[in-house]
Amino acid sequence: MCLAIPGRVVEWIERDGLFARARVEFGGVGRDVNMQCTPDADVDDFVLVHAGIAISRVDADEAARILEALAELQLDEMDEPQDGREAAPPTRR
Amino acid sequence: MKYLDEYRDAAVCERLLGKIRARASRRWTLMEVCGGQTHGLLRWGIDDELAGIVELIHGPGCPVCVTPLESIDHAIELARRDDVVLTSFGDMLRVPGSAGSLQDARGVGAGVRIVYSPVDAVQLAARCPDKHIVFFAVGFETTTPATALAVRQADELGLTNFSLLVSHVRVQPAMELLAADEHCGVQGFLAAGHVCTVIGYEEFHAFARRFQLPVVVTGFEPVDLLAGILACVEQLESGRYTVDNQYSRSVRSVGNRDAIRLVDDVFEVCDRPWRGFGNVERGGLALRPQWRAFDAAVRFPRASLPVVEPPECRSGDVLAGRIKPPQCAAFGRSCTPDSPLGAPMVSSEGACAAYYRYANRRTSLDVTAGDDGVSNDVRAAT
Repeated sequence: MCLAIPGRVVEWIERDGLFARARVEFGGVGRDVNMQCTPDADVDDFVLVHAGIAISRVDADEAARILEALAELQLDEMDEPQDGREAAPPTRR
Repeated sequence: MKYLDEYRDAAVCERLLGKIRARASRRWTLMEVCGGQTHGLLRWGIDDELAGIVELIHGPGCPVCVTPLESIDHAIELARRDDVVLTSFGDMLRVPGSAGSLQDARGVGAGVRIVYSPVDAVQLAARCPDKHIVFFAVGFETTTPATALAVRQADELGLTNFSLLVSHVRVQPAMELLAADEHCGVQGFLAAGHVCTVIGYEEFHAFARRFQLPVVVTGFEPVDLLAGILACVEQLESGRYTVDNQYSRSVRSVGNRDAIRLVDDVFEVCDRPWRGFGNVERGGLALRPQWRAFDAAVRFPRASLPVVEPPECRSGDVLAGRIKPPQCAAFGRSCTPDSPLGAPMVSSEGACAAYYRYANRRTSLDVTAGDDGVSNDVRAAT
């Protein structure tokens, strides 16, 4: 139930108030989403949508920074296995 | 899809798995709090990949599952009234009450409608002035902004035929009960990313200090889950217990201030009974007195009929992490998704349903196998 899905803001329909809403696209599927809690989202920003309302604007810079760090993740010497298990690549069970 | 596909990258997952295996000098026991995370861990086979290294205890973060039987019986009672249409999320419909589910009641003529959002129930009330529309409001902090918004919209539209049957729950009091339980072997928590998207994680600092347990705010995709587990293991291996945020693309420390303001305006903290836990102090949210006109429990009080729990169902033990679903004698025998005894076998976030569904998964961490992934998620969430 706490599932929330990222979608791209395509256009604002109503900017203010309790009925603020925007057209948001999820992998080609468009939906009207209430934007009361994400008033700062711009067109082309991604928002996380749960139960018909946007609950956060995805921070694109932060996402890129973390993905870059993950892409560079290497097993270093400190990570040598302590009990003779093979370190990398992990074998699939 | 952007912000989903890149977090299902098998090569990154393998590297994270390697890092966790190399870093763990012993077996650690972590709890993922949210039922969505439980499903992710089983769906991607992460529990198997880390067998013997990281034990994952499944937390109570399935709102449908912790909703007390009294509330489900009350919802069914309301749905049976000629003047009421009971609306809720699809997950609630098949949850067994003392005598049948909302779906069973609908089968014999009760007014029950699935809505995707509580604000859709407000629209229904505006279209159907001769019916009273009740929204059965279940959910953790992730869902409360949408429910609060529905109340504010109904008020702005001047609707008098809309109300909420509120069964909202707060996650941290339940985490405190678990952490304080001497039989609970949890050494670190993966906190629920979407709850923290709304409320932030500042309150978890005191929790981590008090119980000397690491807390890592974690997302839902396999890369997110593995990065959360790695951060937790890193803390445990270095003897730290602090709050990390591994879901920083969505979660800020202060949460979403607009959403928090909206919720605070409509709801106040209350004690609430949880299935499997009993009464949880400060474990729920109730409408503030000025919004009582929108309280279905005030408008249509529950007839005090006895509540009947099925004796074989051990959902309470599953929810509190005391047993895993296959340890229940009814699991897969007298209790299946088609004929569930308890909510965890019904809900898309229930641990029993996750074990049942992924019991025969084909390969671990094969992100293309098993189902049609992204499109399924989009359907479920939108």
